[in-house]
Amino acid sequence: MDDFLAARSQMALSLGFHIIFSCIGMVMPFFMAVSHFYYLKTKKQVYKNITKAWSKGVAIFFATGAVSGTALSFELGLLWPEFMKHAGPIFGMPFSLEGTAFFIEAIALGFFLYGWDRFNPWFHWVTGLVVGISGIVSGILVVAANAWMNSPAGFDYINGEYLNIDPIKAMFNDAWFSQALHMSIAAFCATGFAVAGVHAFMILKKKNIEFHAKSFKIAATFACIAALVQPLSGDISAKDVAKRQPAKLAAMEAHFQTERRAPFIIGGIPDEKNKKVDYAIKIPGLLSFITYGDINAEVKGLDQIPEEHHPPVAITHYAFQIMVGLGMIMMLISLLYFYQLWKKKEILSTKWLLKLFAIATPMGFIAVEAGWTVTEVGRQPWIIYNVMKTSEAVTPMPGIVYSFYIFTVIYLSLSFVVGFMLYRQIKMVDKIYDIPNDSVQKH
Amino acid sequence: MTYVVIAFLWASIWLYLLLGGADFGAGILELFTSKKHQKNTRKTVYRVIGPVWEANHMWLIIAIVILFVGFPDIYTTMSIHMHIPLVLMLFGIIARGTAFAFRHYDAVVDDMQTLYNKIFQYSSFITPFFLGIIAASTVSGSIDTESTDFLNAYIFSWFNWFGIAVGFFTVAICGFLAAIFIIGETDTEEDKKRFIKKAKYMNIGAVISGSLVFIIAYLEQIPLIDWIFGNVVGIVAITAATVSLIILWRTIEQKRTVLLRILAGFQVTMILLAITWEHFPNIIMLKNGNYLSLIENAGHEKAIASLAYALLIGSLFILPALYYLIYSFQKKGK
Ligand code: HDD
Ligand code: HEM
Ligand code: HEM
Repeated sequence: MDDFLAARSQMALSLGFHIIFSCIGMVMPFFMAVSHFYYLKTKKQVYKNITKAWSKGVAIFFATGAVSGTALSFELGLLWPEFMKHAGPIFGMPFSLEGTAFFIEAIALGFFLYGWDRFNPWFHWVTGLVVGISGIVSGILVVAANAWMNSPAGFDYINGEYLNIDPIKAMFNDAWFSQALHMSIAAFCATGFAVAGVHAFMILKKKNIEFHAKSFKIAATFACIAALVQPLSGDISAKDVAKRQPAKLAAMEAHFQTERRAPFIIGGIPDEKNKKVDYAIKIPGLLSFITYGDINAEVKGLDQIPEEHHPPVAITHYAFQIMVGLGMIMMLISLLYFYQLWKKKEILSTKWLLKLFAIATPMGFIAVEAGWTVTEVGRQPWIIYNVMKTSEAVTPMPGIVYSFYIFTVIYLSLSFVVGFMLYRQIKMVDKIYDIPNDSVQKH
Repeated sequence: MTYVVIAFLWASIWLYLLLGGADFGAGILELFTSKKHQKNTRKTVYRVIGPVWEANHMWLIIAIVILFVGFPDIYTTMSIHMHIPLVLMLFGIIARGTAFAFRHYDAVVDDMQTLYNKIFQYSSFITPFFLGIIAASTVSGSIDTESTDFLNAYIFSWFNWFGIAVGFFTVAICGFLAAIFIIGETDTEEDKKRFIKKAKYMNIGAVISGSLVFIIAYLEQIPLIDWIFGNVVGIVAITAATVSLIILWRTIEQKRTVLLRILAGFQVTMILLAITWEHFPNIIMLKNGNYLSLIENAGHEKAIASLAYALLIGSLFILPALYYLIYSFQKKGK
């Protein structure tokens, strides 16, 4: 592995790791706020137990999210100094605002985690909500920074110089809205399905049914609403990509030749040498329709883009298929869930549905990782689209390969420990929270 | 506007040193606590830093963001030539933050705790040590931007005796800050005595390593003494630090928590001031004799201006909330 590839892999690894924790950090506070709210309203102990059990898990994720985020803010400079030298001042606006959001989040988290029975209960509740809101805001801001890499704005690039910088324009670039919207919904979808899946599994195992059933309902509601709207927002994203990054769209769809009535390709193995896709299902005209709302519209293919500017087609294509496929499955599960609710069927007794949810536990997160692969790999070979190549940005320091190996070991062991602790956390639920669940607590 | 941003940069380094430093110090104290008292120390430490530790470390992020938005040349030079110590410091941050959370939130208490504790203690030591090394290399003129040779460009830019001495000095300062801070939070007379003793040891450690810093600077021909004592501010700051140290040791037995903290914080502030004043606005001295300056190497005007506004608006939100957080959790823990 050469140093350049190592740097890219290390960046991808760190980001792929961080995104899991940041999704949880953004979304769990809202789940907790709901059960906390029920607790304050009904004084039912079970809701307090849920809130507390979740908040313990979340504290672990928060710590890991915070350190992996800190790692990223180092790595941007450590791995891509040339990029940061020019990009820093331009896309720095969201980062400097994000600092405030993180800070508020960290402060509110201190209040929330350590403030049980210390403050006015509603003040305490609000601090929990603030954690979630500032989490979402910081997520949106970082994504705006990433969107700038896809859709550079707010400067003039003249003879290799970055002039007339306007950080505000850079922040509100063309891609920020579609990406931030899609990402925020994805966070709810992924975290919701993961949490609902774990609780569904526990219900199936007949452990602490009431505790898990109530938790399941909160998580599943969020997850299913998100999964229903996600394809819509994905559609906005796709139209957006078609406009600003035709190379990425072509790679997503393994669309080698420019054509009218372009087909939508499902599955298949892209053959980059011979510029064709084998074994694919093609739906004529659908790609043209999706991207331009007209089945006869012309869709730019990779043939219109200089070869040296092609992103890796196969990876981008597979990743896109995985994301969309999982998105469709989660949407179907959501439809089934709401159908059952509408029919007033008792969810707890519909075992097959719970099983589906249990199976779907990792789907959201896999879709998130796949989606980011589409965005980032699809942007290659550019780090700043059409302005700076990734290979120009990498650090001159040799030996990044070793750094990559060490980081891999660190992230693997961290994942292992976090998984292990989560397992213990869930296993302890019946021991720690074995208080009669429906007793009403008096204050 | 540049000055606003520089003030924020200084303030966030300062606050990181004070708050984050006390935080690291807590782990360092644990490391130097006998087995018998470890549990007690741990409990006290946890109660004091638990609610604030995440917030304390945000100052570092703020400093980094200020550097890359406002002073990209400085940020890039640092991240290229300080790559290795930055990564090592980063490992410390990762290990420490996760171990701290894990040991508290692990649902089952068993042998894993010993591992978490060990990791927490050692990484509390490592992180400020490398922070010290990095800081030292910015002023000692060891960063070699011209060499293409791996050792000169990426190792000897930071790996030298001066840096190591500053590293130990930083560790001692952190331990000292933590001990002073915790004295006011102890429950029993006995605990209090223990932490006073620790504060003494750490203070002695700081004096020894501080002297080492000067000795090595002298041997390596780094004109540290001239820098610090060559201007009025430096002399006044160091004198004030010494005077406050004397007051501190005279009053430590009295129950004046706030005074103690202010005195300890004041000392560290004075030391930082003395170090940064002479060079201002230069912040990195390179081996070839050139400087990177906060004024000349400042980034684009508009980037600086928007950064300044973001910071000003941000602090309107942050400072009151942070104050309330620290205020709420002091002493209420019992
Ligand atoms: C739960 C996760 C999830 C699900 C179910 C989907 N996505 Fe997605 N997608 C993401 C999670 C995600 C993401 C990880 O959040 C990305 C990466 C960058 C971004 O902004 O969002 C993303 C990126 C992304 C992009 C690239 C945007 C860009 O580069 O600017 C497109 C075109 C789509 N998505 C389209 C879709 C479509 C048509 C879906 C239909 C079902 C879909 N996504 C489901
Ligand atoms: C957290 C979600 C993200 C994930 C999972 C992710 C994933 C990836 C992947 C897979 C790569 C490697 C692409 C390749 O080399 O082929 C990459 C590269 C990179 N990403 Fe992202 N990314 C994310 C968000 C961001 C954000 C928010 C930023 C910055 C604001 C960013 C900045 C970069 C940079 C600087 C590189 C290296 C240069 C490059 O390869 O283009 N990423 N990321
Ligand atoms: C799309 C990608 C990203 C999203 C959605 C995201 C979102 C978040 C969220 C919600 C948090 C707070 C939750 C938690 O602590 O678990 C967080 C933490 C953090 N993130 Fe990210 N992030 C992304 C990428 C990045 C990148 C590229 C960087 C660095 C340049 C970064 C730096 C940080 C830092 C420093 C923290 C710790 C803040 C704290 O201590 O609370 N993040 N991120």
